[in-house]
Amino acid sequence: MIDADVVVGLEVHCQLDTKSKLFCGCSTDYRNDGPNTHVCPVCLGLPGTMPVLNKRAIEYAMRVAKALNCTIIPESEFSRKNYFYPDLDKAYQITQYDKPLAEGGYVEIDGDDGKERKIPLTRIHVEEDPGRLVHMGNAERGRYSLVDYNRAGIPLIEIVSEPEMSSPKEARKFLNKLRATLEYLGVFDSDKEGSLRVDANISLRGSERVEIKNITSYKGVEKALTFEVTRQKNLLRRGLKVERETRHYLEARGITQSARSKEQENDYRYFPEPDLRPLRVQSWIKDIKLPELPDARRERFVQQYGCSLNHARTLTGELKMANFFEAVVAGDGKGLCTLAATWIADTLAGELNYRSMGIDAVDAKSFTSLLVLLKARTITDKSGIEIMRVMLDERLKGETVETPEAIVSRLNLAKTTGNDAELLGVIHDVIKENLKAVEDYRAGKNGALNFLVGQTMKKTRGRADPGELNRLMVEALKSAEQ
Amino acid sequence: MAEHTISFEPEDRYNAFLKVCSKPVHGEGKLAGIAVAVKDNISTKGIETTCASKILKGYIPPYDAHAVDLIKNAGAAVAGKTNMDEFGMGTSTENSAFGPTLNPCDPGRVPGGSSGGSAAAVAAGIVRMALGTDTGGSIRCPAAFCGIVGLKPTYGRVSRYGLIAYANSLETIGPMAKTVFDVSLLMSVIAGHDRKDSTSYDKPYSHVPSEDIKGLRIGIPKEYFGKGVDPDVAAVVRRAITRLEELGAVTVPCSIPSMEYALAAYYVICTSEASSNLARFDGVRYGSAADTKKSWHAAYQELRKQGFGPEVRRRIMLGTFALSSGYYGKYYAKAQVARENVRKDFTRLFSDVDVLCGPTMPTIAFKLGEKSDPLSMYLSDILTVPVNLAGIPAISVPCGKVQGMPVGLQVMGRPFEDERVIDVAYAYEQAVKQ
Repeated sequence: MIDADVVVGLEVHCQLDTKSKLFCGCSTDYRNDGPNTHVCPVCLGLPGTMPVLNKRAIEYAMRVAKALNCTIIPESEFSRKNYFYPDLDKAYQITQYDKPLAEGGYVEIDGDDGKERKIPLTRIHVEEDPGRLVHMGNAERGRYSLVDYNRAGIPLIEIVSEPEMSSPKEARKFLNKLRATLEYLGVFDSDKEGSLRVDANISLRGSERVEIKNITSYKGVEKALTFEVTRQKNLLRRGLKVERETRHYLEARGITQSARSKEQENDYRYFPEPDLRPLRVQSWIKDIKLPELPDARRERFVQQYGCSLNHARTLTGELKMANFFEAVVAGDGKGLCTLAATWIADTLAGELNYRSMGIDAVDAKSFTSLLVLLKARTITDKSGIEIMRVMLDERLKGETVETPEAIVSRLNLAKTTGNDAELLGVIHDVIKENLKAVEDYRAGKNGALNFLVGQTMKKTRGRADPGELNRLMVEALKSAEQ
Repeated sequence: MAEHTISFEPEDRYNAFLKVCSKPVHGEGKLAGIAVAVKDNISTKGIETTCASKILKGYIPPYDAHAVDLIKNAGAAVAGKTNMDEFGMGTSTENSAFGPTLNPCDPGRVPGGSSGGSAAAVAAGIVRMALGTDTGGSIRCPAAFCGIVGLKPTYGRVSRYGLIAYANSLETIGPMAKTVFDVSLLMSVIAGHDRKDSTSYDKPYSHVPSEDIKGLRIGIPKEYFGKGVDPDVAAVVRRAITRLEELGAVTVPCSIPSMEYALAAYYVICTSEASSNLARFDGVRYGSAADTKKSWHAAYQELRKQGFGPEVRRRIMLGTFALSSGYYGKYYAKAQVARENVRKDFTRLFSDVDVLCGPTMPTIAFKLGEKSDPLSMYLSDILTVPVNLAGIPAISVPCGKVQGMPVGLQVMGRPFEDERVIDVAYAYEQAVKQ
């Protein structure tokens, strides 16, 4: 079976980065505070309290709707989704049901076939986040659970896609693009823990659909879907049927697990929330202004800085990285653009990812200095990487981060030059110590020169320019012959 | 603000109070030093608020309802919390978990409900004024049964913030007192916009009652004098309307055809909303908690079974059913259509007449225990629920007696014309005052 048979749809819940909650004045900045410290009678659902809609949250949601090319519905409505759960203090969630804020729209990704693809959206609606349970022990056998309502009432948007992604990888791209767009809009902070949660639908064409609930990381979505594709294909291969069901993703184990059937039988008894008036936004629509979005910025990076399309895509794929790039090239634009694009998109991004660090950890000025050293050929590329690693590790350990210049001098990384006596000395040493290789070279054996150059590189710890070294080695071998 | 206390140690012969505040503080203002009783489904900071339900026993709200805030700011002393049908579900105050309130006019009869405690406290002269709430007649019914005045304001005119919801789209807080003047005075304190209640309107009330009703056009809907209405009650009310004609009003016979479905629509809507509103009582955050080591789902079931009375459980089940998938269209959606028809009927009538008049209740107060069948109890709401479906203002003012028991004249008005129904009631009250 080929990948074209996979059908994926996503429901993405994102916390909107407003200052106060969706229906009360409580602060949303709860992550560094103790449990139940950002609560009031309204978000605790105390008897008699009533919701008052946070206009800012609706503006944010409308920005998203506009950026994703949705049709904003002039009159939408909040409904109650009724179910019992200890983290849901009113025993209903105020959400939007049959009259959402926006419908239609699409997210453009570069598909697996390399072509740009528009993944259509069904709808976007606004709702409140429930609180959070903290299980003491594990969920199955823990003796009790504690409940924290700090999160209760945080505004969420739910973005529902049509089932038109054809692989886990496309789902990941969809999410990345969505995240970038939301960040560019200034309505979402992906660094905040739990700010994004995804439910994914997946089916193999002709089979039943499986829903994977509550995946909490970007990587998790791709992993969970990949696991499901394999699981479902194996079932079919063994002649079994895929059951229509809800499954949970177990992040730590990288697998999905069938939810208890009880959880699938909820009848939410939706009805219009009588404590809120219909939401009329017609007069706001024209006031929604959009900033430059990822696609436009990508085009601009190609035009303005001469970035390759791939580099531009990587750089603009995250707001902070795009801003970082522009900060670097703004300082000394001339001639650094191409170098900066390569070093940020290829090298730095990888080093950061390896350390699970964000680009916030890097100082644009220091990074510019590093590029200047590379541009002036004061250091080799290899030394450049070493310096970058030193700086990142220092930051990671919470030490004072040295300037690239300081690292160059402390580690003696300045590139050797042709008339560097030390380098010539090393070359002679290498020739003396590797007579066998020298013979091989003279016998015309391929690879002997590379071996000798490599040995020299090792001794100089990468400070020598490879091209230069090659030339000097050939000369040295010639003169040694005479 | 200077703070004083009053001494409030009433002899509560009628079980009107669930909680008495014996030394309530008060400040200065329009209501300075006036003891006001507050129905127990209205949140009072620091004072236990139970909705006459075991499930909220011990719940002490950390905040005041907006209306309570306002009466306190006007100098009133919150004298206590009054008895009611559990969560407002009833027409007799017999559905209180803490025993029924008795009617001061005849302790063998019910005071009406659900604001029976507030009505009895006023009727017995224990307090001058009280706050009640009206979801389907809960202010007007006990006002009529106890012989006092009660106003159900236009929906949205008085903030519901702090009113423990039973049926949000229908209910409102309103004033109860012995005289129309006092009802109007209390209304002037509690009306107005509240940003904490998104359904409230910026329509303050600063009216002084006027007895001039010359030229006023009064519609007399035939349904208010038809089947199910005690002929003696109807006769007393007709005489009261004749009195209004003598004062210069013109009466016009009319009809509200949608009333045929009003009661059914009302009970679908109120139970649906109640099933959702009352779901939060799970013992996790406040109120009584089940002393159990069961899983949360089982513990909820146990607590809710023990904590809610039979009428509340019945309505939760009805509402849950009405909202269930597959039945929503048959019940809830249809009830909304019926509701819209009631609204349209009122709009149509009010293009011709200024107010509508009829009896508040089809009968006088029933005897304690008389209505043991829930359906016959529901049927007694027939004349009050159309007003809640339409969101319009209505007042009940005493207009005579049958078998020595008071009868209420109900005056219904256009939305936000609470002033006009006050004036009609005032004109009648002043005319019959000796």
